Amino acid sequence: MPVYRPPHIAASEITPRQVYMSRRKFIGTAAAGAFLAGAGSALAAPLTASPSRFSTDEKLTPKEAVTSYNNFYEFGTAKSDPAERSGQFDPLPWSVKVDGLVGKPREFGIEELMKMPLEDRVYRLRCVEGWSMVIPWIGFPLAALLDQVEPLGSAKYVSFETVVRPEEMPGQTGFFQPLEWPYVEGLRLDEARHPLTILSVGLYGETLPNQNGAPIRLIVPWKYGFKSIKSIVKISLVEEQPETTWKNSNAREYGFYSNVNPEVDHPRWSQATEQRIGEGGFFSVANRPTLKFNGYADEVAGLYDGMDLKANF
Amino acid sequence: MTVIPSLSRRLHGPSIWALYVIGLCPAAWYFYQGATGGLGVNPVKTFEHLLGIWALRFLIATLAITPLRDIVGVNWLRYRRALGLLAFYYVVMHFSVWLILDRGLEVSSIAGDIVKRPYITIGIVCLVSLVPLAVTSNNWSIRRLGPRWSKLHQLIYPVALGGALHYLLAVKSVTFQPFVHIGLVAVLLAYRPLRKPFLAWKRGGNPRVARAGR
Repeated sequence: MPVYRPPHIAASEITPRQVYMSRRKFIGTAAAGAFLAGAGSALAAPLTASPSRFSTDEKLTPKEAVTSYNNFYEFGTAKSDPAERSGQFDPLPWSVKVDGLVGKPREFGIEELMKMPLEDRVYRLRCVEGWSMVIPWIGFPLAALLDQVEPLGSAKYVSFETVVRPEEMPGQTGFFQPLEWPYVEGLRLDEARHPLTILSVGLYGETLPNQNGAPIRLIVPWKYGFKSIKSIVKISLVEEQPETTWKNSNAREYGFYSNVNPEVDHPRWSQATEQRIGEGGFFSVANRPTLKFNGYADEVAGLYDGMDLKANF
Repeated sequence: MTVIPSLSRRLHGPSIWALYVIGLCPAAWYFYQGATGGLGVNPVKTFEHLLGIWALRFLIATLAITPLRDIVGVNWLRYRRALGLLAFYYVVMHFSVWLILDRGLEVSSIAGDIVKRPYITIGIVCLVSLVPLAVTSNNWSIRRLGPRWSKLHQLIYPVALGGALHYLLAVKSVTFQPFVHIGLVAVLLAYRPLRKPFLAWKRGGNPRVARAGR
């Protein structure tokens, strides 16, 4: 009886991983249809979401401003860099690893995350630099994701990590890199579980453009914008307060909490007012007073009862 | 020895006036862009920052005239006044845009900013320090003040230092552009205490330059 012998395959005939991965991606993309036809800015796919009581009815910042005036240092430090230099970034395929002090650690594919019950969340966004926007995000509460992995009683904080891809993110290469990569952020567990805290997968009715943190990012509307970490690949539940990128960069100027607070100035500039991007014009800048917790005090002030917000900035 | 052809004496005057015109072009162009929606979604901040960077560039150019003459042998001393005044004009425009377009002339918040924010305090001190230099930049003042004129105009050194510091403190992180500008100011200021020994060394090695450098 002849013994089966596997045929010899010449090394030259083996399809490189890169090629078969891209083939799979092509097939996967086709199968997903319009749903995930490409989360890149050029091929934004429409999303449907249900309204939320947490949305503000303030005037929206024009989409053009939301997608062209960004801080996303992985693509460069100029406001225009993320829109201009993120064309090479490919947000698909994508997965988010959730681990640490959880009962059921696992990896979530982006397709699965896009199937979470999506909501429209129109939020104010206040940048630590003194400007603000009103952005119609689409996303789901972070708490819904955390519930699936069953955090242990010992988990006190949640840490987040952005992707590192120097070959696709020009800000992560070269001599001048203002921050250390990966970009990391963190929240206290109760902040992370707050219903206002969402993972966003879209804005203005479509999947997230690269410059806004495709394919999935955090939104914590009562904190300065840099807390809302973009292009997340990892979420860990931990016991100790996690490291955060801007605090590592300058602990005197950027704290772990970084709650929007007009009474606590940045050491080098005032936080009392903000400039609403897209309103006013060259001869009439739209400056407005900044609100405590970015106007979300009714919802979140209770999280910080008895805490000195000046010391814990 | 220099590769730059010398300009006919007849054209010295016109070339200085051309420098003023060319030097004011960035401001005019950015103003036009800002007013017509060409400076992005935050045109006032962009305009304000561009004016500040150009002010620093003209300060750098002003400070570069002396080392250029000492080291390369190119004498552009005739352009130094224009460069210094252009720096002053840009500082005034930078300040005015901040005051009027950015802060909307809100006196109370402006006063608070000037007192409380070190980088704004430094900026204001630099602006004020430049005023006597601009006022005494004419030939009459130079003759009238004599040796005191040189002494007074050494104020440009602390002003350049202050300008660089103002820039350093105003940015969220030191990226390529601030690094280059601040670095140039640092190099040009560092040259000043080295100048005398450098010229002495050069004179020792090459007597012909010694005569020209005096």
